[in-house]
Amino acid sequence: MSWTWFHKLASPPHAYRILGRMAPWFGWSSLALILLATWWGLVKAPADYQQGDGFRILYVHAPSAWMSMFTYVVMAVAAGVGLIWRIKLAHAAAAACAPIGASFTFLALATGSIWGKPMWGTWWVWDARLTSELLLLFLYLGYMALRASFDDPQRADRASAVLALVGVINVPIIHYSVEWWTTLHQPASVTKFDKPSIQIAMLIPLFIMMAGFQLYFGWVISRRLRGEILRRERNAGWLKEAA
Amino acid sequence: MIRTPTTEAAKLIFKRDLTLAWRRWDEVTQPLIFYVVVTTMFPLATTPDLSALRVISGGVVWVAALLASLLALEALFRADVEDGTMEQWVLSGQPLGWLLLAKVAAHWVLTGLPLVIMSPIVGTGLGLPVDAWGVLMLSLLLGTGTLSVLGGIGAALTVGVRRGSVLLSLLVLPLAMPLLIFGARAVGMQMDGDSPAGPLQLLAAIFFMALSLGPIAMSAAIRISVEN
Repeated sequence: MSWTWFHKLASPPHAYRILGRMAPWFGWSSLALILLATWWGLVKAPADYQQGDGFRILYVHAPSAWMSMFTYVVMAVAAGVGLIWRIKLAHAAAAACAPIGASFTFLALATGSIWGKPMWGTWWVWDARLTSELLLLFLYLGYMALRASFDDPQRADRASAVLALVGVINVPIIHYSVEWWTTLHQPASVTKFDKPSIQIAMLIPLFIMMAGFQLYFGWVISRRLRGEILRRERNAGWLKEAA
Repeated sequence: MIRTPTTEAAKLIFKRDLTLAWRRWDEVTQPLIFYVVVTTMFPLATTPDLSALRVISGGVVWVAALLASLLALEALFRADVEDGTMEQWVLSGQPLGWLLLAKVAAHWVLTGLPLVIMSPIVGTGLGLPVDAWGVLMLSLLLGTGTLSVLGGIGAALTVGVRRGSVLLSLLVLPLAMPLLIFGARAVGMQMDGDSPAGPLQLLAAIFFMALSLGPIAMSAAIRISVEN
């Protein structure tokens, strides 16, 4: 079997075409799954015996928290590929990932805080997961700030790639240190809600929602990457032919 | 062509940086003064009651030490990149990671070590008991060492950037959070009468990881900064 299809993917005109063709598939399927999961989660799933209907925000919170980590890993892998094999398209993909990941992180923080108000009685609790999401947001913001501070796009690509790789090694350390820190401090009454014994009827819409979020990520990354390619290749000949 | 052994080159860099610092002494003392000033702010902002301050003393000393060593990190590579010394190191054929590690080590001796030595004095002002001195110093010893390497990566990335100092803090502080957690908790556990061995060992593990992987990241970052 030949690898030409793979090498072709790294060429901007080819990737631009393929991404354009894939984007609507991602978009429509994610819309369908998210609508289905929303209906299932809000209407069909039973209310929690402890938290009542309040737990339903989980259907937004958990997938966005998962996607915030997933996006960071995708970004770091893309950055690593770009740094090692000097593939410009991989750097473009890493650049396209950062704002999406930061948005997912922010969404996870906001929904976690809204959930905390009725459950804990305050908008913010130094809970292990919320705290590590907050630190993840700082990592994304640092990455974007570093990228924005270079005038030369190639230097911005490579410098931020090093940062993304250092960050991805640190993410598990940060996560476990924060977890260790909260288990030392937190009164047990709060952790009662931490790992709710979740029923299968509640889990099915969660999985559908996660798949929906994943496809949504596919849709946004295709569109953002196309934009990134247009911006980077604005002087290239193939664009004039395409237009 | 006669090539200087790497250890010899690293030693020369280490010595050169110490000599340079000796001749511009104020750059070494400024972060230390900052360290004392920041820790003075906490009693003024909260309460002069030592028994209340004692609870947060370990954390305050740690936060102040982090900020003070960040302050010093900004200029770590700047002079060498600006006058072309760094380009010579990149071209010298020596393993760049080792040379940078020597530079970071010299920097740690000049900024990290004084912070460690000062910490019992500063801590006492916040009501830190004498039997927690050893743990505080040991945790800061491991913590500032790791921070010098992490900060070295950050400084190498931001060396050619406008407004590098704010950016450097933004990059390095989130990465340094685990150090803060383990360091401040080790001091707290010692004061509560628990054994602080666990967090200290974790700090040591992070230190050795930074020591082994850090030079690779630093030299990659310097190459990017110097290339253009």
